[in-house]
Amino acid sequence: MKKTVLPGFRLTMGFTIFYLGLIVILPLLTLPARSATMTWDAFWQTISDPRVVASYRLSIGASLVAAAINAVFGLIVAWVLVRYTFPGRRIVDSLVDLPFALPTAVAGITLTAIYAPNGWIGQLLEPYGVKVAFTRVGITLALVFIGLPFVVRTLQPVIEDLDAEVEEAAASLGATRIGVVTRVIVPYLFPAWLTGFALSFARAVGEYGSVVFISGNMPMQTEIAPLLIITKLEQYDYAGATAIALVMLLMSFTLLLAINLLQGWTTRRLMN
Amino acid sequence: MAGYVHSHAAHRSRRGGHLTEPPLVRILLIAVALGFLFLFLVLPLATVFIEAFASGTEAYFAAIREPDAMAALKLTLIAAAIAVPANLLFGLCAGWAIAKFDFRGKQLLTTLIDLPFAVSPVIAGMVFVLLFGRQGMLGPWLSDHDIRIVFAVPGIVLATIFVSFPFIAREIIPVMEAAGSQEEEAARVLGAGGFQTLFRVTLPNIKWGLLYGVILCTARAMGEFGAVSVVSGKIRGVTNTLPLHVEILYNEYAFQAAFAVSSLLAFLAIVTLIVKTLVEGRLGATVDAAPVVPPPS
Repeated sequence: MKKTVLPGFRLTMGFTIFYLGLIVILPLLTLPARSATMTWDAFWQTISDPRVVASYRLSIGASLVAAAINAVFGLIVAWVLVRYTFPGRRIVDSLVDLPFALPTAVAGITLTAIYAPNGWIGQLLEPYGVKVAFTRVGITLALVFIGLPFVVRTLQPVIEDLDAEVEEAAASLGATRIGVVTRVIVPYLFPAWLTGFALSFARAVGEYGSVVFISGNMPMQTEIAPLLIITKLEQYDYAGATAIALVMLLMSFTLLLAINLLQGWTTRRLMN
Repeated sequence: MAGYVHSHAAHRSRRGGHLTEPPLVRILLIAVALGFLFLFLVLPLATVFIEAFASGTEAYFAAIREPDAMAALKLTLIAAAIAVPANLLFGLCAGWAIAKFDFRGKQLLTTLIDLPFAVSPVIAGMVFVLLFGRQGMLGPWLSDHDIRIVFAVPGIVLATIFVSFPFIAREIIPVMEAAGSQEEEAARVLGAGGFQTLFRVTLPNIKWGLLYGVILCTARAMGEFGAVSVVSGKIRGVTNTLPLHVEILYNEYAFQAAFAVSSLLAFLAIVTLIVKTLVEGRLGATVDAAPVVPPPS
């Protein structure tokens, strides 16, 4: 350690590690500890149960679709907010954070009210046989809502940092606008775009509050993995709940690692 | 995972016509963006208030003044009043240790601080049930001593602290790093004590970042549903927070009441967004040097 005149390293570091251990690390360690009391066969049987596999597939699949929708529209929103001026732009920009601020339960019942067969949009879709609430479409919709700010907020600063001179150079060398967008802008934005996608996906996989109301919660059909954990807990099947949760936790760790690597890539791009 | 991303005040430059899209494309893109945001943000927010007042203002205020709703509001405030200061103290300590000193394993430490962002709220609640529940590891000992944590207020507070854990630290660390240590070093050399340095130099430098983190942390603490739902046991008037009360009302088909209570939380969300926007203006003005996408440190 470098010499410094500043005091308090031991005190603050000590408290940081103590609090982190007490609130986060120790509680999370109960998951592997509890799983260790299960035999491998019992563990495997739990997580390969068709109902569990269906819930994993639904959670992952719907989250991927939602993150992809957010990637497309998030790019457009970020681009429009940074590059164009229009009345109310600042208000719209502030509103993008709404899914972070609005409690998930409120989002859940509101989306259900809008898309239920008698809801504002639901009754418009009903005659065409399109059902949103209580189907997988509804689940995906809720996941789009909660993941919406991630892509926008990761892309905005990168779009702002994009030098006009680079585009100028490409344009003066004869590139068309479409050429500039596809050959210069998109490659430049790509790491941040991917980061936003990953963040949106990671948030969606574990989401519970906004989804339970709109999903209908039918086993094998519209039952997400976090809900299945709660169901098992309510039946006092702690071992089963633990096994499902451990798999999700490992998935989250992997995603967190990938996101941190991606952000390193983005930051290095910004520095250069 | 909200702490992973920041919005910030834009500084815009004029561009030549050849460096932007044709007017028609521009209008189309704006229309698509606004349409998407209207459908996913404006419509839900408006729905909360429209449904809340669907049976008139009297029914609205009756739903809010109802004793169970008031008890839920009180518990929500208590949980936030414990969780936010606790996480604030942690954020300051972590910020000081990480931003002002060099040590091995810094990267690992910051990744670990982010963990609660990545963990499903359901799992966050469940680990406390596994620890303190009747069948939990400490369950027998706790019941021998007649201490209730899960399905009681302490469990709700713990789950709330867990889910709102990283917000303040995540905001403080980059701001402290951007501010550097020279001013503190100067204060020390000139004879200031540790706490004097903290209150006179460090805190004024990071106040906007700090406020921003506190706002995000409070919003999350008051709005948490999944984690609290697992540990609460949902005893009306006793272990119900506002978001849980919304769920109960909704499941009892008391839709108008559910939306009335929701409108309180939606109002809180709007206040959060307004304060956030104001603070961001300040933050952008004072520390423009702070990296906008937090480094992977």
